[in-house]
Amino acid sequence: METTQPATASLLPKISILKNASPDLSAATYVIRNETHTLGNALRWMVMKNPEVEFCGYSVPHPSEENIHIRIQMYDGKSSLTALLKALDDLDDVFRVIHEKYKEDMSKKEYERFHEES
Amino acid sequence: MTIDDPRRLVRVHAEHVSGVASTDCPGTYPGEDHSWNLDVFKQNLQVKVYRLSDRSCEFDLVGVDASIANALRRILISEVLVPTVAIENVYVWNNTSVVVDEVLSHRLGLVPLNVDPALLEFKDGGDSTDRNTIVFKLNVACSRNPDAAKGETDPDKLYINSNVYSSNLVWDPQGEQADIFNGNSPAPTNSNILLAKLRPGQEIDMELHAIKGLGKEHAKWSPVATASYRLHPYIKIVSPIPPALIPKFKSCFSPGVIQVRKKSFEKEEAYVADSRKESMSREVFRHEEFEGKVELGRVRDWFIFNIESEGPYAPERLLIEAIGVMREKIATLRKSTNALSIEMDTIVNLDADVEMGGT
Repeated sequence: METTQPATASLLPKISILKNASPDLSAATYVIRNETHTLGNALRWMVMKNPEVEFCGYSVPHPSEENIHIRIQMYDGKSSLTALLKALDDLDDVFRVIHEKYKEDMSKKEYERFHEES
Repeated sequence: MTIDDPRRLVRVHAEHVSGVASTDCPGTYPGEDHSWNLDVFKQNLQVKVYRLSDRSCEFDLVGVDASIANALRRILISEVLVPTVAIENVYVWNNTSVVVDEVLSHRLGLVPLNVDPALLEFKDGGDSTDRNTIVFKLNVACSRNPDAAKGETDPDKLYINSNVYSSNLVWDPQGEQADIFNGNSPAPTNSNILLAKLRPGQEIDMELHAIKGLGKEHAKWSPVATASYRLHPYIKIVSPIPPALIPKFKSCFSPGVIQVRKKSFEKEEAYVADSRKESMSREVFRHEEFEGKVELGRVRDWFIFNIESEGPYAPERLLIEAIGVMREKIATLRKSTNALSIEMDTIVNLDADVEMGGT
């Protein structure tokens, strides 16, 4: 079975800006390659958490292409790229904290241990 | 935030649900701050492990948006990057059963094996060696049972080997494998998986090669059997249930959800003892006498996860692996976005230079 990615996939950048973005990037659509709803929806939610963001939405343009489009529009001509970078940092915090709390609760060993047949 | 907060509830009605979308974004409610705040998130987040066995793990994740919980669920199902071992190549010497070769081979591929992946190397298109391949033999022939009673109709008694089970897989150690796997011979984790049915005269003779792989290539290599979540049920008795109707009311819910208590000199009272157990059948809404007496819903940010593991990884480890995959995704994108940001800055600066040159 072929497991390697098509040669073109590695040549394209992970993220790029779709044409027709405003020159100051206050409104832009980003293409993120080799990502799905998994990252798209979580990232959309985190971008929307930013009060400087007027609009954020994402889509999977075609189900058999592993690309997502994420559209960000900002208030006051601010840069959507800055908002995207902030959202990525904040999203990483979310999962870091979930990891910490999970480990913390696991170590308390307050759970019910039960036996289950395979 | 209490559980009764209407913003935290997805309402369940007789034939529809309402209030499905979350509203915790800046701009939804005037004068309220819903912008991202790590400290507030830390304060509200609760992770609690409820039940743990060798095969499954049930835990609560409270205080996150559906998009976060769903990201974890999706990664667990298809993107966890830890390898497992599964049957990949099947050499059929003889198969006269009614199950055709390719269907039987596919079934064999899905049988979970107890092999520790750390003991094998990836084959990666190379030759099969004792370092990367585990060999099983499957050789079963069906015959009549000479001791069966006359007029017997049960196939189990009438025939020998009428069922082929995963326990019929026989490990064939190659090279040094007998020493490496000493005391822990490779075998299916469950010996009772029915693979095919045979009748007298039919036989299966196959050689099976198991190799190490990743779930992204085929789900048979995924260490996760299932991963799912449900929202915590919410039940509120709005007005008291008449004592005569309590047994009927109780039977409208899953066992153990509604209990009855009696204070001295007072009437019996039905109360919600354990809403977690409720299956949300909405049976109460079918009876006129309970109309307006009870409200049903689900808590929007209270996720009850259930993760099952099949194979060598402990179920409690899988969430940690999933979080690792997600953070890796974020880190990769963060790096590229940063590069893009630098690139855009240069372009903007160049444009500015050109403009300045023109004036």
